[in-house]
Amino acid sequence: MEIHARGLVKAFRGARALDGFDLAVPAGSVHGLLGPNGAGKTTAVRVLTTLLRPDGGTARVAGHDAVSEPAAVKAAIGLLGQHAALDEVLSGRQNLELFGRLHHLGAKEARRRAGELLERFGLAETGSRPVSGYSGGMRRRLDLAVCLIRSPRVLFLDEPTTGLDPRARAEVWESVRSLVGGGATVLLTTQYLEEADRLADRISVVDSGRVIAEGTAGQLKDLLGGDRLDLVVREHGELERAARIVERAVGARPAADADARRLGVPVADRIGALTSVMRALQEEGIGVEDIAVRRPTLDEVFLHLTAAKEES
Amino acid sequence: MTSAAWVVADGWTLTRRALLHWVRQPAQVIVGLLFPVLIVVMFVYILGGGMQVPGEGGYEEFLLPGMFALTMVFGIEGTFTAVASDAAKGVTDRFRTLPMTPGAVLLGRSAADLLNSALGLLVMMGCGLAVGWRWHEGFGRVVVAVALLLWLRFAFLWLGIYLGVRFPSPEAVVVMQILVWPVGFLSNAFASPSGMPGWVAFLAEANPMSATVTVIRDLFGNPGAVDGSWTASYGVWPAVLWPAVITAVFLPLAVRRYQRLGG
Repeated sequence: MEIHARGLVKAFRGARALDGFDLAVPAGSVHGLLGPNGAGKTTAVRVLTTLLRPDGGTARVAGHDAVSEPAAVKAAIGLLGQHAALDEVLSGRQNLELFGRLHHLGAKEARRRAGELLERFGLAETGSRPVSGYSGGMRRRLDLAVCLIRSPRVLFLDEPTTGLDPRARAEVWESVRSLVGGGATVLLTTQYLEEADRLADRISVVDSGRVIAEGTAGQLKDLLGGDRLDLVVREHGELERAARIVERAVGARPAADADARRLGVPVADRIGALTSVMRALQEEGIGVEDIAVRRPTLDEVFLHLTAAKEES
Repeated sequence: MTSAAWVVADGWTLTRRALLHWVRQPAQVIVGLLFPVLIVVMFVYILGGGMQVPGEGGYEEFLLPGMFALTMVFGIEGTFTAVASDAAKGVTDRFRTLPMTPGAVLLGRSAADLLNSALGLLVMMGCGLAVGWRWHEGFGRVVVAVALLLWLRFAFLWLGIYLGVRFPSPEAVVVMQILVWPVGFLSNAFASPSGMPGWVAFLAEANPMSATVTVIRDLFGNPGAVDGSWTASYGVWPAVLWPAVITAVFLPLAVRRYQRLGG
């Protein structure tokens, strides 16, 4: 295991940010940590990257203990924090050279590597412009380039696309994907389910400082039990009546979203459910604007998991 | 290279980073250097005529040593701002995940800030000579006075680093910019405490900056030293000890805070 955490505990002023956190990530894979704000994702990353000392448990990264061998861990990792950790006054090249020197590359090698990374991340044209004038996406790409100066074995990406517009987000995803091709192990934290779905091989759902579910995106979706039927009624006033008809047709009470005039319900037999619901609605004369059968989204899995935990 | 050599090499890399900032933002450096000059001009030419100076000599002779020390103390703003913005932006965290010793970051910061303050002191002395301030006791004593001023700056450097890692927010920078004023003025830099009400005079005398000001006034042969020669009775010790105490308290605090930042 390239990243291996067992029973991590970390408390801040008595409140447990990590409460028995376990994680095992094999080499060469992308692992997503998914959870709401305050779930403990960033704390876990800070412990694994040697920035925080845990109160209990063990954390091993790239074969070294994060507490007792921080130097060996530091030599093997790269960290992309929540904010672009760059010198805003310097240019992109100067940032890369600065961090290259601090990685002990030597002046000439640092310069060469800076040029190479600027090229690779599409920043070669930025010249001597200070980073303060960069767009959010450019900043994030430069940030990522700085992480890669030493080609780390293990890369930690802490909410890499929070606050970025969709285009910049796509750019960052593209960069992360190309990285993984290079064989690095990546631990990615995110609040965006789509991000985890697209990038991660496996996902751990984190809540209140511990992992409450783990698996591939597909496995997690299966937790909700098969497919879902979604339909949108034409008239707002008919939502309640339609809900009763759907319940009779598929045998389960659908969840209603009144604002969107939408009903959603888990179904076992997709085509059977679709035809029987359509027929019943037609017989009752209820207009349907849209109807579809689909797999559950990670959002639904996530809400289901965190809600189930609150009830228990 | 040995690890000690790496500390120096990394420290120098970070000092160069600060120097690059000067090159890329010259306006900021120039404004920083000229601001104390502006204060001198205002005090000497606008307020100076009405100031009572203990002993002989004009107000500029009394004021300039105070301004030298004030420039050193105000340097804390630059230290604080640099440290706080690195900490707030996550640059400090990035340093801490690099395979380099934390000492290098602090070394780089202190070297850069001392250089900046040495330059500021040079500008202030030039400005002093232009408005009529002189030293009267020979160049050797000037060198000692400059060393004591930089020693004061060194002490406030650690206070600045500590406060910067402790309160890394833009709001704190503003608070700091305001707070340096009462700290700077509640001293013997602009007026002799003998003309202040009792408890104010007590605070002004107790201000660590005042000890340095008194000693360097004596070293330069400028007026203001209480009861004849202060250094005759205490030597330069007050100006050595106060900064030493501040450093002894805040250097370890700053290093400790830096190592467990955010924890």
